[in-house]
Amino acid sequence: MTKSKVLALLVVAVMVASMFTGCAGGGGEIKIGAIQPISGQVSAYGTQTRDAIQMAVDEINAKGGINGKKIKLIVEDDEANPEKTVNAFKKLVTQDKVIGIIGALTSKCSLSITKEAQQRKVIMISPSSTNDTVTDAGDYIFRACYNDSFQGQVVAKFAQETLKAKNAAILFDNTNDYSKGLRDNFKKKFEELGGKVVIEESYATGDKDFNAQLTKIKGTNPDVLFIPDYYSTVSLIAKQVKSQNIKAPMLGADGWDEITNNAGEEVVGSFYSNHYSPDADDADVKNFVKKYEEKYKITPNALAALGYDATYILAEAIERAGSTDTSKIKDEMMKTNKKFVTGQIKFNEKRNPVKSAVMVEVKKGSDGKLTAGFAGIVNP
Amino acid sequence: MKKNRFFNAITLTVTSASLYILLALLIFTGIIDEYNGQLLTLAGIYVIVSLSLNLITGFTGQLALGHAGFMAVGAYSTAIIIMRLNVPMIPAVFAGGLITAIFGLLIGIPTLRLRGDYLAITTLGFGEIIRVIMVNLEGLTGGAAGLKGVPPFSDSGDFILDAVIKFSWVYGFVIFTLVVVSNLIKSSPGRAIISIREDEIASNSMGINVPYYKMFSFTMSAFLAGIGGGLYAIYFGYLNPQMFGFLNSVNFVVIVVLGGMGSITGTILAGIGFTYIQEWLRIFKDFRLVIFGLALISVMLFWPKGLMGTNEISVVKLVRKYFFKNKNSDNSSSGSPASGESQSEGVR
Repeated sequence: MTKSKVLALLVVAVMVASMFTGCAGGGGEIKIGAIQPISGQVSAYGTQTRDAIQMAVDEINAKGGINGKKIKLIVEDDEANPEKTVNAFKKLVTQDKVIGIIGALTSKCSLSITKEAQQRKVIMISPSSTNDTVTDAGDYIFRACYNDSFQGQVVAKFAQETLKAKNAAILFDNTNDYSKGLRDNFKKKFEELGGKVVIEESYATGDKDFNAQLTKIKGTNPDVLFIPDYYSTVSLIAKQVKSQNIKAPMLGADGWDEITNNAGEEVVGSFYSNHYSPDADDADVKNFVKKYEEKYKITPNALAALGYDATYILAEAIERAGSTDTSKIKDEMMKTNKKFVTGQIKFNEKRNPVKSAVMVEVKKGSDGKLTAGFAGIVNP
Repeated sequence: MKKNRFFNAITLTVTSASLYILLALLIFTGIIDEYNGQLLTLAGIYVIVSLSLNLITGFTGQLALGHAGFMAVGAYSTAIIIMRLNVPMIPAVFAGGLITAIFGLLIGIPTLRLRGDYLAITTLGFGEIIRVIMVNLEGLTGGAAGLKGVPPFSDSGDFILDAVIKFSWVYGFVIFTLVVVSNLIKSSPGRAIISIREDEIASNSMGINVPYYKMFSFTMSAFLAGIGGGLYAIYFGYLNPQMFGFLNSVNFVVIVVLGGMGSITGTILAGIGFTYIQEWLRIFKDFRLVIFGLALISVMLFWPKGLMGTNEISVVKLVRKYFFKNKNSDNSSSGSPASGESQSEGVR
């Protein structure tokens, strides 16, 4: 009993002591924070994005940093959980005193900190939160990706103009905001362009059987089937689509990124919109992919590319501002107009980048592996 | 006897008030920085919900696995009451608690007459149902996109002042919960509740209305969890159905088991520790969740009954022991009822 009491006291003492450990600020460096889901459901995205951010920071530091000051990157894990995001944000801002934050990755996490980032005048650039309302909180909040309303339009435009589709079917997750947003915007644009959405079917996150919905969809004989969800669900749906013998090509959005590593041959011939294509014929893309593959031995996904771009956008704005005054940096952020890995980036008045989207087609390579081939660019 | 009760009440009021002043001052002067202030406040909310769970699981002996669901009901109803009806915060938080209590009552009626693990299964289902309802009631809850713009406790623009105000609110409600739970446990219904945990048949044969007291405890538990949820809503200002998943319910069970089923002090310590250790482990970067798991396992290995078992640390006793050694020696007879925090050493 006494032994355990001593232990308990020790634990309490360590906890209390750690409460008071502050963090000494360095003089000659610029502190930037990153909030990414290193663990949890979307850790595959989070770790790649973190690696890409780290790579960008290392490159900038190797070239002498920003105006002679090195960047110090502090990465915090949010587990894709809004509560943890708020804690990580508080730590970065009040203990580490960062001037800018790259994150969060998922929209719900970003939304939980945008208001406070604006109040505290911390520059926040989310590499990949596509929800339309993320940047609504104010003029310190940016993002490096296009938003859902643009993405839905891109897919609709591609379906009509390139695939010449007249009738579309949609199968979406009605418990997921991302999926619902894409559904709305796809439908709007597709009908605006003269097409018809013949059927809309929905399911809930975590569902495994989609046969009932797919049977109904098959009955309407659509030209394309739009499935706006993440790769893990899509790979399940795709199998059932094939076993129901639905011939219409499947369409998706950036959540399909990584589908080639998660699904079988049934997704060959599908198209999805993405932020970049690693095999695009572009000097910046090639350079980035080469460096990333050398360093981490895998092909970077789109979120990695966005993290890399977000870091450069922020670093260059700080460099142009010539100081760490965030009100100046935010003005310089607005002046960004340059070609990055994921395309030409220029912010509109809502701090969303106006940039082109890439459509990719899932193909089967000569070695039998699935690859995502470049299928075209859709401009805003 | 009367003199004792008065002394206890004074001691507890003075202790809680001075602890409050100390912590508030530390936050205000920046010795506890905003990040730690945030964690302390969050820990307070966790303590409230865990205390409510301890009431049903620890003291009544009925395993409940849906407290995140109750928290969600409290959070959403408080947020909606504030945003739609412009009700001030305190009544809104209590209204949120009451709405949650009604839900608790509705679930309790069919299940609590049964014995065994039915409550665990029903509450588990309830937690999930609530989450799905929140997703689908889009007009009211914002659906999967979440509910944005719940007004905060204070919006003065001074971050430190805001942190102090946030902390004060939550601290006040922690004290409220503490008073309710500990007084309840030491009252006659409380003794009945504990007897149900010890043996249902025996207490039934002693004339205790078992379903009634189970209902009473469960509804009370839901009420307090709803209050915790309401504070959570105001505290974060953003609600998303995914914040109240099954894993969150499990977290509260972990806190209660870790602290000791049926120990108020244990729940408080475990609630603060649980919140704090997760953040403190950030220094281990990628290994933090592994270490966190190991820490939980080792606690259960060394303290199989939780940190405190069913024991309590009594502030009144400590004060007596160290400050009034001589004066009250004649008064400190065992079994004197404390009005606030507990001093029941080993209820079993």
